[in-house]
Amino acid sequence: MIRFTHVVKEYPRTGLALNDVSLDVAKGEFVFLTGPSGSGKSTILKLVYMEELPTAGEVRVSGSTTSALKRGDVAKLRRKLGIVFQDFRLLEDRSAEANVAFALEVTGAPRAQIPARVSRLLAQVGLASKATAFPRELSGGEQQRVAIARALVNDPFVLIADEPTGNLDDRATRGIFQLLREINASGTAVVMATHNLDVIRRSDYRTIEINRGQIVFDSAEQRGLPTEEVV
Amino acid sequence: MRALREALIAFRRAPLLSVLGIVTIAFSLFAVGLFGLVATNIRETLSRVEERVEIRAYVAEGTAAEAIAAAVGDIGDFPEVARVDFVSQEAALSRARRELPEFRDVYEGTFLPASIDVRMRPGYRDPAQVRSVAARIRTYPFVDDLQYGEEWVEKLARIRNIAGLAGLALGLAFAVVAIMIIGTTIRMAVLARSREISIMRLVGATDSFIRRPFLIEGFVKGILGGGFALLLTWLASLLISRYIVRTTFFDPSLATIGVVGGAIIGLLGSLVSVGRHLRRI
Repeated sequence: MIRFTHVVKEYPRTGLALNDVSLDVAKGEFVFLTGPSGSGKSTILKLVYMEELPTAGEVRVSGSTTSALKRGDVAKLRRKLGIVFQDFRLLEDRSAEANVAFALEVTGAPRAQIPARVSRLLAQVGLASKATAFPRELSGGEQQRVAIARALVNDPFVLIADEPTGNLDDRATRGIFQLLREINASGTAVVMATHNLDVIRRSDYRTIEINRGQIVFDSAEQRGLPTEEVV
Repeated sequence: MRALREALIAFRRAPLLSVLGIVTIAFSLFAVGLFGLVATNIRETLSRVEERVEIRAYVAEGTAAEAIAAAVGDIGDFPEVARVDFVSQEAALSRARRELPEFRDVYEGTFLPASIDVRMRPGYRDPAQVRSVAARIRTYPFVDDLQYGEEWVEKLARIRNIAGLAGLALGLAFAVVAIMIIGTTIRMAVLARSREISIMRLVGATDSFIRRPFLIEGFVKGILGGGFALLLTWLASLLISRYIVRTTFFDPSLATIGVVGGAIIGLLGSLVSVGRHLRRI
């Protein structure tokens, strides 16, 4: 479903970000990406949603391959992915439901179906009662729930989460993590970058540790020894 | 449809920016319009003057009426010639009295020569054609003398060429300025919505979908700016007519071309700008 084959990513200014990374994420899997800041976690995620293209090697995501990318392929791919970030990236001038509806509108969903889908999604993330609230009226955890609802509008096969709990307190973190587990339980794969070790310890999901652009540990392969940080 | 609504929403969300954009477009097109007005009026005046380009061949006294009539017929058949009139001595005299009444007394008992007056067809009023027709008329033996204001005809042709070229060059320059201004207003609009655009990208909106509202926005701004510029130009021509010289305004088709031109400039400006700035977001 997601396959990295000997991926190298070099940025013109900051140099080598990923050095020969190969990994597979299976359908419906839950994977943690962990490692220190600047280790390459976000770069891996950006390669998955094809915000960046590899310098060498190949990234394959649900039939789209970076080595044979056509115009419009990226937009098509992103409709099959859900993406959430640490900073939520909501539109401040729109209500929670308008933020979710926006994703449907701009991807050409039939207008008549939008309200029902939006309220179903907001209910799924536990925000049915706050549909008309604006982002500034919501807590961080609630804002992230809106962002997750938005990421789920097109029934993605994978949810990509880049430090989704980075700005949240413990309680909110647990809530968001629980929500991601539920989403995963319903069949959607989740790839989550985090350095919150509590979250990782609380589950027995696959964990991949990145350091200096290389995979140093993968609990699925046991190819290396876990570093002190992870254990 | 959705793109149109988005464009209208963009107007409503940033009314000041939109109005600013329209006004800048209107003023740059107003400059084009003013120059167009000057060019139109120069052209109009020149063509009125050109209508009077005529060759006057003075006929020797005592020439037989048949010979003159035959010559008038021949000359009338020249492809360059619009009209030929024979002006007899009496007619010349009464015309002089009519055109220059101040000298009415002078003409009493004065002798004026009869002439054949030739008017050129439009399109044949350039110096070379006038000269060639004059040369042919001169071959009639009864033609004493011939006047056609040679220098004057040449000057007129040169003025028209210069005015046309200057108009074209200035019009193009102003159009480029207008395109750049519209590009800038679209750029501001793109930057003001950069967050929205990045989210659209993230959830999988296509580039053309993202671009469309901006193109419509530029197009609408161009039309509104063009219409506003037309209004300003019309007011200017009204004021000039009242206080300075009588001017002719653009005819409706030219005015429409102006507004459509504004719309095209708006579209071009946004097309250039939106592609470049979207790539940076």
